[in-house]
Amino acid sequence: MSRLANLHPGRGGTILLGLLPFIVLVFAYVLGSNTRLQENPDDKLLPAPSSFVDTIERYAFQEDRRSGERLWWTDTGASLERLLIALGISGALGLSIGLAIGAVPYVRSLLLPFVAAFGMIPPLAILPILFIVLGLGETAKVALIVIGITPIVIRDIALRASEIPHEQLIKAQTLGASTWTLSIRVLLPQLLPRLIDTVRLNLGCAWLFLIAAEAIASTEGLGYRIFLVRRYMAMDVILPYVAWITTLAFAMDYGLRRARRTFFPWAEAN
Amino acid sequence: MAIVTIRRLWKEYGEQVVLENLNLTIADGEFVTIVGASGCGKTTLLRMLLGVEKPTRGEILIDGAPLVYEPAPERGIVFQRYSLFPHLTVTRNLLLGLELSGAHLTGRLFGRARRQALEQVHALLNEIGLYAARDKYPSQLSGGMQQRLSIAQSVICQPKILLLDEPFGALDPGITADMHELILRLWEKNRMTVFMVTHDVKESFQLGTRLLVFDKKRHDPHAPDAYGATVTYDIPLNRRLRAVA
Repeated sequence: MSRLANLHPGRGGTILLGLLPFIVLVFAYVLGSNTRLQENPDDKLLPAPSSFVDTIERYAFQEDRRSGERLWWTDTGASLERLLIALGISGALGLSIGLAIGAVPYVRSLLLPFVAAFGMIPPLAILPILFIVLGLGETAKVALIVIGITPIVIRDIALRASEIPHEQLIKAQTLGASTWTLSIRVLLPQLLPRLIDTVRLNLGCAWLFLIAAEAIASTEGLGYRIFLVRRYMAMDVILPYVAWITTLAFAMDYGLRRARRTFFPWAEAN
Repeated sequence: MAIVTIRRLWKEYGEQVVLENLNLTIADGEFVTIVGASGCGKTTLLRMLLGVEKPTRGEILIDGAPLVYEPAPERGIVFQRYSLFPHLTVTRNLLLGLELSGAHLTGRLFGRARRQALEQVHALLNEIGLYAARDKYPSQLSGGMQQRLSIAQSVICQPKILLLDEPFGALDPGITADMHELILRLWEKNRMTVFMVTHDVKESFQLGTRLLVFDKKRHDPHAPDAYGATVTYDIPLNRRLRAVA
């Protein structure tokens, strides 16, 4: 067993190796920050780690002088609300339309080409249209994410539905299933784990659209804050916010993965 | 049980003739085994009986009435594989048949109806020796157990006709004896007309009450698709039918 391809790290080794890139990144940052600050104490590009603590203290635990709010949490709340509403709508739409495409060949012929073409529209290109039609409020931001994500979810769910062996569908019909009961008892339960996978893979896109919409027209939100303080080159704010967004996205991804394992144990074995 | 009549049945795919001029009358409660070379239309006939393919010409009658070309509860099917529902436990795989035929709106049974159905399921699980595995998912079962479950699943809705498409083809030779015993027991108990396609000639003699051999009567080496297969040997194996009747 001397080939590299056959060597596996132990339990401790796995954890250590997983942490290593993070440690290297933090170390490199601290090193770079120190070097630059020694040359120029007013350097804004790589602020000292201690300034991050100040920022978090200021944004998360002190009330803002102007609005009287704890900005960190208002921003987080606003962004998460938009994101979760949009993901909920996309998931529900994607699942029901994808299921209909998977279950009924006529719906498939009707909708699949349209969804495929619609999904090719770059969502950011129609953001101005959304702002014109829906105004600058919450609706336009949620709509951008929904428009960006839903076609992908529909196509992925429909693809999964077409992968379900024909034998199962025929068997269910010999057991008395109608199109409806076939859909809800045989197709739908087997599509739910894939829905979780699809949403997980699209979380990155969803955040991208959210931050883009917030950057352009908003009064609160994580993306709004980052683009607001960019004017002052406030890296001490931007970097903690980016780290926080990453943490939120990672937690959502992890939560979905756990949910899949808990609710659909049968889907793990395959 | 059902009488199956096949009259002047032809099946063609474009230029290719698969079955030509098939005429058969299958008696009530017969166990028909079908053998023949690959591509000679055995499975095509089974798929037409199942209702997923239509004949090009001719007709199939079930108890004198034309067959509806759509899968229906009166005709059960066991495929070689893939016919279990991976998201349901063993118990629920069996329960599903009763739920689908009993509840057309929700596809689920509740309360008393569900308890009665579960009793029926548990009795059947005991009979096929899968009671201990009742809470497992299909992927956790061996191939033989999966196929037992698949057979039981087809039988629970009491079809008049049971179609078996090489049901033991993917199993270890060691467990097929058990499977033969199970299928004969269920056949005798439920009094179904059975059609079984198989590659195993010995199996076809052991199980059947009537053996059909499919082959091409004519063959043109320059146009191999020009002629289709039909029944070349029709061998009555009456011993079991008499034993049941």
